[in-house]
Amino acid sequence: MLAFILRRLFQSLLVMLAVALIAFAMFRFVGDPVNQLVSLDTPQEQVAQIRQSLGLDEPVVVQFARYIYNAARLEFGVSYQFRLPVIMLLGERAPATLELAFMSALFSLLVGIPMGVYTALRRDSWLAKLFQAVSLIGISLPTFLIGILLIYLFSVTLGWLPSFGRGEVVKIGNWWTTGLLTASGWKALILPSITLGLFQMTLIMRLVRAEMLEVLRTDYIKFARARGLKTRAIHFGHALKNTLVPVITIAGLQLGSIIAFAIITETVFQWPGMGLLFLKAVQQVDIPIMAAYLILISFLFVTINLIVDLLYAAVDPRLRATVGAH
Amino acid sequence: MSFKTHCLAAVAALALMCGTAQAQTLRYANQGELKSLDPYTVNETTTNAHLGHPYEGLTARGKDLKIEPALAEKWEISPDGLKWRFYLRKNVKFHGGEDFTADDVIFSAERVRSQGSNFTTRVPTSAKFVKVDDHTVDIILTAPNPILNAQWDTWYIMSKKWAEANNAVAPTPAAATTPSHASLNANGTGPYKIESHQPGVKTVFKLNENYWKKIEGNIKEIVFTPIASDATRVAALLSGEVDVIEPVPIQDIQRVNASGNAQVLTGPELRTIFLGMDQTRDELLESSVKGKNPFKDVRVRQAFFQAIDIETIKSRVMRGLSTPSALMIAPELFPHAGFTRAKFDTEASKKLLAEAGYPNGFEVGMDCPNDRYVNDGQICQAVVGMLARAGIKVNLNAQPKGQYFAKVLKSGGYKTSFYLLGWTPGTFDSHNVLHDIIGCRDVAGSSRGESNLGNYCNKKVDELTDKILVESDTAKRDAMIKEAYKISVDEFGYIPLHQQALAWGVSKKVKLAQRADNSVLLYYATKE
Repeated sequence: MLAFILRRLFQSLLVMLAVALIAFAMFRFVGDPVNQLVSLDTPQEQVAQIRQSLGLDEPVVVQFARYIYNAARLEFGVSYQFRLPVIMLLGERAPATLELAFMSALFSLLVGIPMGVYTALRRDSWLAKLFQAVSLIGISLPTFLIGILLIYLFSVTLGWLPSFGRGEVVKIGNWWTTGLLTASGWKALILPSITLGLFQMTLIMRLVRAEMLEVLRTDYIKFARARGLKTRAIHFGHALKNTLVPVITIAGLQLGSIIAFAIITETVFQWPGMGLLFLKAVQQVDIPIMAAYLILISFLFVTINLIVDLLYAAVDPRLRATVGAH
Repeated sequence: MSFKTHCLAAVAALALMCGTAQAQTLRYANQGELKSLDPYTVNETTTNAHLGHPYEGLTARGKDLKIEPALAEKWEISPDGLKWRFYLRKNVKFHGGEDFTADDVIFSAERVRSQGSNFTTRVPTSAKFVKVDDHTVDIILTAPNPILNAQWDTWYIMSKKWAEANNAVAPTPAAATTPSHASLNANGTGPYKIESHQPGVKTVFKLNENYWKKIEGNIKEIVFTPIASDATRVAALLSGEVDVIEPVPIQDIQRVNASGNAQVLTGPELRTIFLGMDQTRDELLESSVKGKNPFKDVRVRQAFFQAIDIETIKSRVMRGLSTPSALMIAPELFPHAGFTRAKFDTEASKKLLAEAGYPNGFEVGMDCPNDRYVNDGQICQAVVGMLARAGIKVNLNAQPKGQYFAKVLKSGGYKTSFYLLGWTPGTFDSHNVLHDIIGCRDVAGSSRGESNLGNYCNKKVDELTDKILVESDTAKRDAMIKEAYKISVDEFGYIPLHQQALAWGVSKKVKLAQRADNSVLLYYATKE
């Protein structure tokens, strides 16, 4: 088991190094960061001086090696555009992204599961058909379009909810800010959470429906019916419980992609999170931010996958056996 | 909740106050972020305008862009033009309580020229600053310079004491590992103080009650938020969540005006959009013509000029919001009297091309940014279509500004044959255009022509430019400027297209003066 964990850790490290390398190779094609810092009439000697002070005149290999060395010590350098440490900027923006991701995951579970159960139990009702149609929209419409449609309906036309930003935030300790303690913060969360969570909600609804239909056909449900249990107890006590195992696995895995794909939702709603920071960094060729963000996201995915792998190994003895046989 | 209760409890006595306090908060959203509060870090119009609220220069520019006294009450120039004496305003205090004196000016002059500053061009390196007394400063120059103070409205004066106390003497260096105090805090003499600042997220400005002059507007508090997405920015204006936005995308102007609760202020901007051609290589980098450079032939340049239908670009691409230009500078900065654009005439273009030896036209590559200027990508597409009618096949390479500038600027080796660029002279003066854009770039070690990407070159223009720099007599100076422009226009050195328009979205409750350099200055704003 220990050898298995060590090997997995080693592989994860390799994946992250590969991501860093690919990212670094890509940065050579996004343009020249120095041009974004100076105006067109800045003298060229000064441009050269800035390039030198950023270490951009050195060979790429040296730049990469220095970057990995610093990243290993959690030093991601200084943002070119803000002139502030990247780690501080990401730290400032992380609460916004995490709060948004958490709320949309919650939304997709709380809405997706009941919808899935309903569509499975009342397959032929008109409401179930409506849910199915809505889920098609959720899967096929791109996120930014959903966001803009929601803004036009709820902000511009009805004037109920804010179209951008986080509202009033409250500071908790040195590192965390939350919008969950103010009314305007909650209001600001609604539209972005729905936009970001709609796709996951659809996914969960369809998954729950399919699983539920599957489970309802199994022998133990028939047996439960034969025992004369109440329909309610059969559906929610037996069927739903067994349905939820794969749903939880998928939802857990999707949390990583919610955080990563928050970029578009954050841009549409000007949500001051890490995704927005990353997108602006791409436009401004702010390499330190881009690199740190990509490494952070790959770390997130690698960690989630590692945990899932370890859980599987813990749950499934066969896997451990094959591991031992190697 | 508690605010509400307070408001209700005090409703009898203070009903008006709750209302007005609300009304005098102005919410402003811009496409760009406010990244650093250090006034010597990012040299860009939007940032300079933001920092013009907490900070001030020795001079200012009014709504009509005329130079006005600010921290300097007046100044005089010695007859030989080598000494400028500035009389500083007395009894001015920085927000932190420090007195404003000559020491602060000398300190700021050192700081703005030191390494890490992006504003080194504001003050000549050779200029010496001498303190005469606490409120008088002499500036000794090595050569006369009538436009010395042209850009001093955005050379903001910082407090020496404050910078020294907060370890902010050096401009925030690019490779700093700890955040600089000056990039997160501001201490100026300007009409607004920074109440809070979260870089790239939100900045709150509070009125400076001790400001030395009464401001025109009535805004007590400004809340600035960047909103990058065009659709969201317009939605925020229409829903009344913000009072002022910049810019409004031109396709949304009608919708904003039709909404009833906001309108779009439009006006000509000072930036000139133009096309340039590589006139220096012996063979173009991207062209079907081998062994020679067709752009070296003035007939080809004229053919390109006359093939472009500027009125169609104005009506179709710019939706009426552009001013076709005959010169490489906006009419607000130098009068266009005596200059007209060469007529749009595809047949004449074909004839000129045939005379030049290209009866069947030729192929050429074109570089264009697609996220820098208003509808820049579409302008280039229109140009491609128009040139096709004259027989020129243009291979358009439109890309984001990051890649575009990396390719075409000096740092990228001027790798372009035909390109689109925009230019606002930072000094608002023709000398800058003649020196940076129209000047020959063949003198090694000189900064002349550094942004002349195609290297149009005429030594006569350069001679005139040098004389223009030191000429103090306005009439003589203007005559020489006109002569220099005339030469470059006659030789079709460039193809000026137009000045794009400003478009600010402003709530009906707000009155705001629009300055042609696109600086959104909210001390001019009043809100009902």
